[in-house]
Amino acid sequence: MMNKIKSPDELLKLQEKIRASRDPNKPCVTICAGTGCLAYGTQKLIDNFKAEIEKRNLTGTVDVRTSGCHGFCERGPLVVVNPKGIFYQRVKIDDASEIIEKTVLNGELLDRLLYNDAQTGAKVTYEHEVPFYKKQMRIVFGMNGQIDPKSLEDYLAIGGYSALAKVLRGMQPEAVIQEVIKANLRGRGGGGFPTGWKWDATRKANDNPKYVICNADEGDPGAYMDRSLLEGNPQAVLEGMIIGAYAIGSSEGYIYVRNEYPLAVTNITIAIEKVRELGIIGKNILGTGFNFDIKINRGGGAFVCGESSALFASIEGRAGEPRAKYVHATDRGLYDKPTNLNNVETWANVPLIMNKGADWYQSIGTKNSKGTKIFSLVGKINNTGLVEVPMGITLREIVFEIGGGIPKGKKFKAVQTGGPSGGCIPEQFLDIPVDFDELSKIGSMMGSGGMIVMDDRNCMVDVAKYFLKFLEEESCGKCTPCREGVLQMRLILDRITEGTGKEEDLDTLEWMGQAIIDGSLCALGGTAPNPVLSTIRFFREEYESHIKDKKCPAGVCKALITYSIDAEACTGCGVCARICPTKAATGEKKQVHTIDQEKCIKCGACFESCKFDAVKVA
Amino acid sequence: MPEMVTFKIDGREITASPGTTILEAARDANIYIPNLCSNEELTPYGACRLCMVEITHGKRTRLVASCIYEASQGLEVKTNTERVLNVRRMVIELLLSRNPKHPTLRKIGEELGVNDTRFEIDFKGCILCGQCVRTCREVVGVSAIGFKSRGHTRKVATPFDEAPADCIACGSCSYICPVQVIPMEDTNGVRTIWKTDFPLQKCTQCGRYFAPVKQLEYFRKLVNLPEDHFNKCKNCR
Repeated sequence: MMNKIKSPDELLKLQEKIRASRDPNKPCVTICAGTGCLAYGTQKLIDNFKAEIEKRNLTGTVDVRTSGCHGFCERGPLVVVNPKGIFYQRVKIDDASEIIEKTVLNGELLDRLLYNDAQTGAKVTYEHEVPFYKKQMRIVFGMNGQIDPKSLEDYLAIGGYSALAKVLRGMQPEAVIQEVIKANLRGRGGGGFPTGWKWDATRKANDNPKYVICNADEGDPGAYMDRSLLEGNPQAVLEGMIIGAYAIGSSEGYIYVRNEYPLAVTNITIAIEKVRELGIIGKNILGTGFNFDIKINRGGGAFVCGESSALFASIEGRAGEPRAKYVHATDRGLYDKPTNLNNVETWANVPLIMNKGADWYQSIGTKNSKGTKIFSLVGKINNTGLVEVPMGITLREIVFEIGGGIPKGKKFKAVQTGGPSGGCIPEQFLDIPVDFDELSKIGSMMGSGGMIVMDDRNCMVDVAKYFLKFLEEESCGKCTPCREGVLQMRLILDRITEGTGKEEDLDTLEWMGQAIIDGSLCALGGTAPNPVLSTIRFFREEYESHIKDKKCPAGVCKALITYSIDAEACTGCGVCARICPTKAATGEKKQVHTIDQEKCIKCGACFESCKFDAVKVA
Repeated sequence: MPEMVTFKIDGREITASPGTTILEAARDANIYIPNLCSNEELTPYGACRLCMVEITHGKRTRLVASCIYEASQGLEVKTNTERVLNVRRMVIELLLSRNPKHPTLRKIGEELGVNDTRFEIDFKGCILCGQCVRTCREVVGVSAIGFKSRGHTRKVATPFDEAPADCIACGSCSYICPVQVIPMEDTNGVRTIWKTDFPLQKCTQCGRYFAPVKQLEYFRKLVNLPEDHFNKCKNCR
């Protein structure tokens, strides 16, 4: 066991010692061990690298580091060979030996593992040259690739805990708060509330104890940035929380994390143990007399528990149901005591602000949205992954430059931001700057950072129905508008997609939407109609086609479409007949095939598989 | 004596002690605000959303549940704006889809011009106001029933849907229910509630069955009465 560090200066000395002991030119194979890459089977690749190092007696000469998520999940498993930063993607489990042999030892490139830039057709050698990373500004998320999340030494080696040392070396709590206010850091969990003001209110609240909580109950479909931060760089989140607790005057903290994030739970647990050993958390932190400790609370997987008052109820051991928030959590939150709740990404931004100062932080972003935001870029997009971009970047840049556009050359239709309660943004707004205010103006929101891209094969009525169904199932059921209203809206959408929609349905949906927003108890219900309202606003004609013409223009709603084969285009290759699960598609070899509408279950398999675009959907 | 707050409801000046909710203050001033989950004996809950009102404080106007929101100095409350009425109309229409014929609901609906529901009817009876659950917990103090499941599958239930172990058969849940959907019956010395039979105490003097044995036992222990205290009914004691 290591000795406890007795002062902030001693911490800085330890940092220096670790840094001095590390040779920046020593070869190091960094393997992404984020959840995405692990799902590709990366654990075996890691084992192979380790075995290879041992077999070749390279232990001590070549390092193998398993890092958190790098973000480019689409191309995993990812391996970066340092010091040069050679970037290998879609690495196979058996490639370990060759990478060590050729690249690490002999400096040769393995052409087949290099990234191929689809736009230029050129191979890219280095990580920082990959277009996906180039336009990003990875000031928070970029650290993931440089550290093993289970290693405190790694975090210290890249300057971790300097911010805490700086704060504890002589900043007054009020000064810390002023710095965060000046930086204009806004809540990354969705609300966008100014973090500094929240800290200030909690500090000034007239009651004790005060609690500091990290909200890691990320639950939006398709969003996983908080997960990847907590898995990949738990120490940064802890450092932010310790600084926050110092500023607020709190000695007790919680991390509320979903139990479905096992790696995040493991890594944050290890991280806390490690800093406790060194006296960075616990009693008398760094010998300064400041006490603060953190408990981990695992959530049961209810989406609504990401809502602050439901989260408090859950920590208190009650059912995760929101209560009215007419009194702020900063006055009466957890156990009715002053409570400051911030999300994972918000906490991870704090050390940066302390280290580099509010002026530096202020210089990034737009007028009222400062810093960067991590988005989870998913859906119909070439480069699926996590991207960190400065506020104010356009949606077009994210989708087409970082994301590499829509697969198979299909046409962009909309991007859904803000999670299930956000809105769908059509093409005409692709050039707006992405920040808290601009997204709200067009009926969507920043939310926690989900970004789902859709092409012309996505039916917007179906999309709205999907999100509504999600929220219907996640509603706690306490208040009438959310519990019954969202259900009834979804039933109306069901009818519309089944071809029995009525002319007045759109008016009813819009009327209900507003009443649910106005009448719901918490933000879940208060934003639940957004997917419907924003799709009606921007894709009204698509709703009307379903209702009036009984057609689904995107060819998605099964009750409204038929598949047929274009005799001109069909070559009689027989692929559709082979793939059809109900034998509805038939035909003689080299003859035009047909689809028996009686047998067709509209699964679309023929449509997807036809190489000659002979299968038509209408 | 704490300083009183003065505020306005629909233009009328109201004075109330601090901590008074808008709904309480309105009630005292004879201003009608419909509600279904509020009860003076229970902690405000804010679930039915019928009692929504529009408030203006400074420049900001918004809708709040009057059963929870506390009156403050200078607050302006409007109980009948179009926005408020729209929420109420929707709420009552939604509740009618769970219980389309109940006179209480229909009456509130009629006041708002909602005579029927255009929503798909899924008869549940219960409107999930939670008065039963809260009465059991807050007034009786036993928490024999609670909510189970979430969203529109939420319902009031006994633990594991079995005979409720902590129930004292007092019947408070059944009495308090604004839509009378918790059945309770006394026959031949037995009270049946929550699909469970509870024996009633027979008065040793007049022979009348007067209260559930478990309830009497609970009261006796609560206030430390002699063992035979409840052998006789109130009239014979």
